[in-house]
Amino acid sequence: MARRTVLTLSATLLVIAAIAAYVFLYLTNVPGSATAAQTANGAQLNLATVPAAATNDPHPTWVSYYVTNGQGTGWQHDTTFVVPAHSLVHVTIRQYDSSSGLRNPFISQATGTVGGTFTLDGKTMQAINPDLASHVFAIPQLGVSVPLAGIPDNAKNACGNAPCDPSTTAHTTTTFTFRTGAKGLYRWQCFVPCGAGYVLDFGGPMQTVGYMDGFLKVV
Amino acid sequence: MNTADHTPHFRRVALLWLIATAILTPIVIFVFGPGLPPGNGSAQAAGQVTDNTVLLALSVPVAMAVLVTLGYEIWAFRERDLTGPVLDGPAITGNSSVQMWWLIITTSLVLFLAGFGSVRLLEDGSGGGQGPSPLVNPAGYKHALQVQVLAQQWNFTYRYPGYGGVETPMLELPANTLVEFHVTSLDVVHSFWAYQLGVKADANPGVDNIAYVNTTHPTLINIHCAELCGVWHGYMFQTGKVVSKADFASWIQGAQKTYAPAAKNLTPYSKTYFPSPLGRGA
Repeated sequence: MARRTVLTLSATLLVIAAIAAYVFLYLTNVPGSATAAQTANGAQLNLATVPAAATNDPHPTWVSYYVTNGQGTGWQHDTTFVVPAHSLVHVTIRQYDSSSGLRNPFISQATGTVGGTFTLDGKTMQAINPDLASHVFAIPQLGVSVPLAGIPDNAKNACGNAPCDPSTTAHTTTTFTFRTGAKGLYRWQCFVPCGAGYVLDFGGPMQTVGYMDGFLKVV
Repeated sequence: MNTADHTPHFRRVALLWLIATAILTPIVIFVFGPGLPPGNGSAQAAGQVTDNTVLLALSVPVAMAVLVTLGYEIWAFRERDLTGPVLDGPAITGNSSVQMWWLIITTSLVLFLAGFGSVRLLEDGSGGGQGPSPLVNPAGYKHALQVQVLAQQWNFTYRYPGYGGVETPMLELPANTLVEFHVTSLDVVHSFWAYQLGVKADANPGVDNIAYVNTTHPTLINIHCAELCGVWHGYMFQTGKVVSKADFASWIQGAQKTYAPAAKNLTPYSKTYFPSPLGRGA
């Protein structure tokens, strides 16, 4: 009888400990973040999109966003971006992936940016050919959406896995500016079905924070 | 055990039930009723408030029958002698008359509500998605403002076929207008839930799900996806607007201009779309 009691108590304590550990890990396992650099004209966010994450990543075949420095180097695998409230945020995205096309061509137009425009390799534009879209940077709650053009399928020196060298590998460069509002946590995502190998290409990296989506932490 | 208890328990319970029902039913109808969801943002929403009020009012007598009986029994059959041994009460025996009336009354209520709900649904569709061939077409539906709702992981956009098929990232509607929503999806199953309008319609790829709504006055609309659709389902929400007809005319004109660059890239307006491209290289 005593042995049974001890066993029951031990099993109960084990289950409670497991639940407590799960809750603790859930509450403390916060994705890493990258703070936008402050400039005289606002915050500067430098990002990159790649066809495949770094070879030492848990998912080295997944497409992903990365944070870089202004030169496109110093790669950091975070998709939570910290930016100031009620400020201009200047974004530069070096895009190393090829095109997939948009399921909704409406997203081929930039919205929510200052002037409703963006630059693609230095050229000011409002929209791109939806078939040429490789990825999208969109913050639906702020109304921000910018399409990112892909590199040609036959591009020379295409980059495989992150990190990619902007001086030697093919990429497009998109820049735009948007204004943040009140403090808060806003989600961002890509709208191009680029999670190859998953249902409707919207699984895997599309549904895992840290790859093709994340948060904009406005502070 | 007192086997000769001639206390008129049933009459007491019936009287208490009658009093509780007489007090609470008007309170439910006139005090709580007007505040029931989803409000009066449209004729259909107001109709749903009426329906919810009827349902709640009819549930009051049933709930009171249960609660009053329970409360009375706890009080009347409590153990009075706490010093002596605890004795079991009289054995519970069946009462075919009570059982029969309980079945008759609850069955009648359920059948009445089924009929009531069906009639109400057939009046104007109650803001629900009716599929591609609606059973209920409200008066004047041929002149309704058509708005296509495009759901995709994880956002809604809207097309206005009566205005050159312009697509917009936000929903705006004129007041005092019959609107014909055409709800569809570009990928997985979503559900378009415009709370204040009382509209909820599934968004399936390849399906044109039609829902009607009569807007009444300017208001904000909380729009949510009501079908678990992936990691950002909880963030798939927007705020739409019902505005005056003049403001709507001005807004749609501005939208046609603002979204002209995207309009050049849009596929021709269609009642349905299938996911395309299916994926990389497809």
